[in-house]
Amino acid sequence: MTPAPGAGLYSDVIRERWRRPRFRGDLAGANKVAEDVNPLCGDRVRVMVRVADGTVAAARFTGDSCAICTASADVVAELLEGRPVHEAASLDTEDVLGVLQADIRPTRMRCVTLPITVMRQALTT
Amino acid sequence: MRLDEQTRADFPILERIVNGHRLVYLDSAASSQKPRTVIEAMSQYYARSHANVHRSIHTLGEEATELYEAARERVQRFIGAASREEVVFTHGTTDGIDLLAGALGRTLRAGDEILITDMEHHSNIIPWQMAARDRGVAIRSVPLRPDGTLDLDAFERLLGPRTRIVAFAHVSNVLGTINPVARMAARARQAGAVVVVDGAQAAPHLSLNMSLLDCDYYVFSAHKMLGPTGIGVLWGRRALLEALEPARGGSEMIKEVWIDHARWNDLPWRFEPGTPPIAEAVGLMAAIEYLEKLGMDRVAEHERALARQAVEQLAAVPGVTVYGPPAAVERGAVVAFSVEGLHPHDIAALLDQEGIAVRAGHHCAQPLMRWCGVVGTARASFSVYSSPEDVSLLSHAVGALRSQL
Repeated sequence: MTPAPGAGLYSDVIRERWRRPRFRGDLAGANKVAEDVNPLCGDRVRVMVRVADGTVAAARFTGDSCAICTASADVVAELLEGRPVHEAASLDTEDVLGVLQADIRPTRMRCVTLPITVMRQALTT
Repeated sequence: MRLDEQTRADFPILERIVNGHRLVYLDSAASSQKPRTVIEAMSQYYARSHANVHRSIHTLGEEATELYEAARERVQRFIGAASREEVVFTHGTTDGIDLLAGALGRTLRAGDEILITDMEHHSNIIPWQMAARDRGVAIRSVPLRPDGTLDLDAFERLLGPRTRIVAFAHVSNVLGTINPVARMAARARQAGAVVVVDGAQAAPHLSLNMSLLDCDYYVFSAHKMLGPTGIGVLWGRRALLEALEPARGGSEMIKEVWIDHARWNDLPWRFEPGTPPIAEAVGLMAAIEYLEKLGMDRVAEHERALARQAVEQLAAVPGVTVYGPPAAVERGAVVAFSVEGLHPHDIAALLDQEGIAVRAGHHCAQPLMRWCGVVGTARASFSVYSSPEDVSLLSHAVGALRSQL
């Protein structure tokens, strides 16, 4: 069977997280929040974090974004939970790409990095 | 013979295979492809005649100057300008508007108003915001009607004694709406305002005549009309250009210079500081020759038919929304659309897997995107080499998108 045209472009992880994100939604009691846009496409991502005793107790995201950006935000939220704040803030693109298992082209790399940047803004302000 | 059948072989890039498929290039509104004659004219120029223009008193300098000024005369005829003094070379549409905003901005006083519209490209918003900034000048904007055309009643109401500049697109780069330039320009001038028209999406597709459009300034880019990047045109009424104090300085634009003052050069060089884009002017001249050989009326008719086909076929795909005036209304060579449940970037990325190039995002028109109620859209756009088969391939591929993500 010929794979669907999107198969090489978007990994199964991206498709799955785009269809059914696990960490999308508002977060009650969030005490660290940031939001930003991708100037290339106008995508908007909001990251909400609840920090208790120096550790990320919960993380959620909302926003208008493409499949890659949504999947990245979902992975970022998952990776944040349970980590000490200083460790969470040092998560980087490689960590997220490792989970996404996709070959992201340079033109779409900002779709991956936007949620990471916003997460750092949230945790460091 | 159809226009695309006649022209296709002239565009070497269309032979490319992209992701295993024939390239279907539907992003000409962002930048068109170039016919061989344009590419060759520029490389011939560099290989044989290049030198700086105007003050190089040697054979090559004279050839370069002749070519550069011949390009100006070609543009003058192409747009029906009264004289070559009215044709200023810029670096593109954005640069042309920016030049005007800088020069006209100096004449604004607190309480003045600049009137734009809700369908403008950022290039026709930001320079005006910068001109207005710190001067107490207000920016007002003409809203749209539900069908994607300008609300001309609101335009009348917004025009007032404080309106000093009216700036709007001839053709919307998203909706394809063709605005009634002559009618709006006449009203704006009655109100005492200067009229600036962004022709970026019109010059490649419509037959232009400055005396019929009757605005005060008209700007466009070469690279959207089969020519090279890096050069554009600012047309202005001679009397207005004569009276306009240049806001950009440097060499070329002066007649005499002292340490503390200078006298400006004649038109049009007064507005062309520095070494101009000479090879690009040569390329633009070749692009105009190419378009004129085809005939702009034929070009317009070809692209109008493609736009109509695209609107009809895309609107028939379940889950697809097409933006802009309905198929029956004349529009420019762009069709913006969205697919329910899919982000525009994912649409473009998936189509690219099949060799189909479309634009996706906010199209540098964020206020208009807000009016559409979306973050961005996908957009297909056409040029002389675009074919009905290209449009059908697009609509079939769009129809299959939702199962792919």
